[in-house]
Amino acid sequence: MTTTPSPSDRPVGVDLQESEQNRAVIEAIEADNANATVRHMPGMVRVQAPGRLVINRESVEARLGREWETHEFQLAIISYFGHIKDWDDDQILIAWDR
Amino acid sequence: MTIAPKAPRKLSMKDRYSALTRDLAWDPSYVTNEEMFPFTNFEGITIHDWSKWEDPFRLTVDAYTKYQAEKDKRLYAVLDGFAQSQGHLGLTDASYLNAMKLFIQGVSPLEYQAHRNFAYLARHLNGPGPRFAALCQSLDEIRHIQTEVHTLSNYNKLYTGFHSYVWQHDRVWYLSVPKSFFDDAVSAGPFEFLIAIGFSFEYLLTNLLFVPFMSGASFNGDLPTMTFGFSAQSDESRHMTLGLEAIKFLLEQDEKNVPLVQHWIDKWFWRGYRLLALVAQMLDYMLPRKVMSWKEAFDLYFEQQMLGGLFVDLAYYGITPPKFVEQAKEEKEYLSHQVYWTLYQFSHAASFTTSIPTDEHMEWLSANYPKFDELYKPLWEKEKRNVAAGGRHFDRGLPELCSVCQIPMLFTEPGDPTTICQRHSDFEGERFNFCSDGCKNIFDHEPEKYVQAWLPVHQIFQGNCGGASIPDVLAWYRMNPEDGGEYLGSTDHQNWLAWHDMAEKTGGN
Repeated sequence: MTTTPSPSDRPVGVDLQESEQNRAVIEAIEADNANATVRHMPGMVRVQAPGRLVINRESVEARLGREWETHEFQLAIISYFGHIKDWDDDQILIAWDR
Repeated sequence: MTIAPKAPRKLSMKDRYSALTRDLAWDPSYVTNEEMFPFTNFEGITIHDWSKWEDPFRLTVDAYTKYQAEKDKRLYAVLDGFAQSQGHLGLTDASYLNAMKLFIQGVSPLEYQAHRNFAYLARHLNGPGPRFAALCQSLDEIRHIQTEVHTLSNYNKLYTGFHSYVWQHDRVWYLSVPKSFFDDAVSAGPFEFLIAIGFSFEYLLTNLLFVPFMSGASFNGDLPTMTFGFSAQSDESRHMTLGLEAIKFLLEQDEKNVPLVQHWIDKWFWRGYRLLALVAQMLDYMLPRKVMSWKEAFDLYFEQQMLGGLFVDLAYYGITPPKFVEQAKEEKEYLSHQVYWTLYQFSHAASFTTSIPTDEHMEWLSANYPKFDELYKPLWEKEKRNVAAGGRHFDRGLPELCSVCQIPMLFTEPGDPTTICQRHSDFEGERFNFCSDGCKNIFDHEPEKYVQAWLPVHQIFQGNCGGASIPDVLAWYRMNPEDGGEYLGSTDHQNWLAWHDMAEKTGGN
């Protein structure tokens, strides 16, 4: 018998360009998502976490030392897996539906 | 660190998006909805409420233009720096550019096709949300082809094979594979196109296209390609979202849509997967410095993320993983080897070069593919002896093509990697051949469409491609003798050696 994995454990994640600015974004994601893992590949970084991954504007701004609007995440992201469940002025949330 | 509080915006992101996509829309009063949107009925899809379509990006015109401009600025700074510093000399090897030749000939023209069809969707979808998302994607796609052409034009000044990609895309035998794939999509209805390109290609398979090319570029010293790739790919995450929203929207609108969507997933998974056979060989054979094997990429990006992630969600709607996916999983051991072995023998009629893998390369292939030593290494060892005896092998015949994917019939039977797979169907008294059950299944569902395919080999035999001899056809393809054939000793190879030799001799100490 197989068990269907629940949304809380199927991994979701984002691939980001490896760059100076994105380091703050990656650090913010790591700080705000307890089980996040980071994998470096040529030119890019993959961050994934079981079930859900959140990017908080305030966490990024605290590390970047300047204002950062969540739209700016579009400059960082290369690809993702999961659904973008929410994207507003304060946070971006990626998760599976079920 | 504390951040100064922001000046309050007049509207939140959510409200601005809503104002753009809802408040600016109107219901027609002089004509009916059906007259205004005449193309969204004939496919049999039922939509009850277009307003249920949500774009999670909540993109508005100001944000779109601001960030797209920033992306372009970053890219063109890199292009200038690379060109000014003779960056091409830092590539791993001139043979690396074979991957980029294939890219500009095979992939860039698809961006233009995508631009055109998303512009069509931006006019013809009923809902203002999806219309705006399609408009942004249409603009993205034209940006992609423009930046790709600008990026690769730097190589065109110094290397062979880049010069006639538009002409060749419409004519050359191996380029009919991507061309016919996209022709099939743009000649479908708007909903099938959304599932074909928006979902199957941009979401299910996009990582298998992008990781090979862009990480490969990064790993092989090709900074401009890596930068345009990531720049384009940052748009791609929006495109993935559009595709994903499209499929969820169709499935949620009406239960009757489910079998139609399932059929399109089955069809377009297989179409896209066959197209990626060209990428598989590039990854395992064309990149001098390897990023990851096709097998590893397929396992990570398709099996784990898509089958293990997305399809669990889609099961809720009654959607199952694509038909013939088991065969694709089985083929990951064989695919790249079978395709490159064929391209190797036909590169005298191509706008890229091929060569026998080096000993180190073969060790890598053996280490990554348990069947390599048994099935493929002996072929290369034999060919090495041919070359040593002065007889580099080129196939002088013309290959039989699959009537759906248009790839030469080089794939093998499920469960037997030593027997070529041949399937066929009869339609209106004619026989049509296929490389696989997947392609036959697609043909049998819509034979009227695929009997119209422009198959390059048939066209050559019918006298429509410049003449009956290989030089005649190559002239018609606008291929110069130095564009194809064997890499070792080619114009690109000789130039490369001369440039680096010169640096050694005159470089001082």
